[in-house]
Amino acid sequence: MHEWSLAQAVIYTAIEYQKKEKLKEITELEIKLGELQQIDIEVFKFALREIAQLKKMVGIKIKIETEKAILKCRVCGHQWSYSDSTKRLDEEEAEFIHFIPEVAHAYLRCPKCKSPDFEITKGRGVWVSSIKGSR
Amino acid sequence: MDPRLNIVEERLKGIKRLIAVSGGKGGIGKSSVASALALMLSKSGYKVGLLDLDFWGPSVHLILGIEEVFPKEERGIVPPQVYGIKFMSIIYYTADKPSPLRGVDVSNAIIELLAVTRWGSLDFLVIDMPPGIGDATLDVIRLMKRVGFLVVTTQSRVTLETVKKILRMLKELKVPILGIIENMKITNSPSVRDQLKTFGVPFLGEIGFDKDLESSTGNANELLKTDFAQDLRKIVWWHLTKKCVNISNEVRSLMEELKTRPGGGER
Repeated sequence: MHEWSLAQAVIYTAIEYQKKEKLKEITELEIKLGELQQIDIEVFKFALREIAQLKKMVGIKIKIETEKAILKCRVCGHQWSYSDSTKRLDEEEAEFIHFIPEVAHAYLRCPKCKSPDFEITKGRGVWVSSIKGSR
Repeated sequence: MDPRLNIVEERLKGIKRLIAVSGGKGGIGKSSVASALALMLSKSGYKVGLLDLDFWGPSVHLILGIEEVFPKEERGIVPPQVYGIKFMSIIYYTADKPSPLRGVDVSNAIIELLAVTRWGSLDFLVIDMPPGIGDATLDVIRLMKRVGFLVVTTQSRVTLETVKKILRMLKELKVPILGIIENMKITNSPSVRDQLKTFGVPFLGEIGFDKDLESSTGNANELLKTDFAQDLRKIVWWHLTKKCVNISNEVRSLMEELKTRPGGGER
């Protein structure tokens, strides 16, 4: 249930936004889940619902979209998707990346030039893309 | 919006004191000081956490001989307890492979660790910092609002000049500096103390160069028996905790309590 802590972060972000914007209530949350972190969507959704309820945020609409992870080599410029490279990751390595996506640099290499110096251009982890509320 | 930034303070709220052990150069004993400090506080009955933020060269696990432990996944990550210390490091996830991280990746990994690590209630969190004033230092200042810096130096001019830059930056940003420790002292010259006087930062004490320290690597109990640890122990109990007492009433009462505990108040 590592997903729980990230869901908690999302709800805390909504609460901060509500305070900052002086909103009566939060009505909608849009969240992007980067493929690299391999978040379990069902567990994450469950945690979001539970924590929202604990914080008395009722009737909140939650939209979750997953984003494909794209990596780009800083040395040769080659761009590739994480799903292509997972073939070379064992279960344990994928699990480590789930906890800290940056450790991908310890396990992945550019398929073209074998460099570990790549950029995670898209689909890293949890991102709140939109918060809506009423005044 | 990055949601992780909004949860860091919540994760740290149960920690009374945050101490970042910092210094300008590698190899001056920051990790040894951080490790031994955490051990001493823990042995005296405090609840202690130890966080290795030197992602390029994590070494606390080597100094303390920590192996075959892994954090528990429980609504976040719960660090394993070793010698009574809750220990967190990137090494759990890199399996001893090199982690070639750019600055932005270091920063992201630090935020991730701080956002998901559940320390619970602690008296002290000791943070072993990488050398210099790069991403890790800036993130610790940005995200750990109550942190105080313990700055380690040696009498080498090269180290001293970089330490001066750290002190200048911390002072400019009004970040609390607990004090300076001079490590690996080989002469009786007071030059370090004298040169750093202008910063108005407490000079906590000196640790002599201990040629036998290396042989304690990997053994926490041996580390505590070294001359290095003896010197550090004096500094910790006579200066550092006193300084903490001045800042926090909670720690003052803890110190009072400590005096009554068996083995407490080691000097």
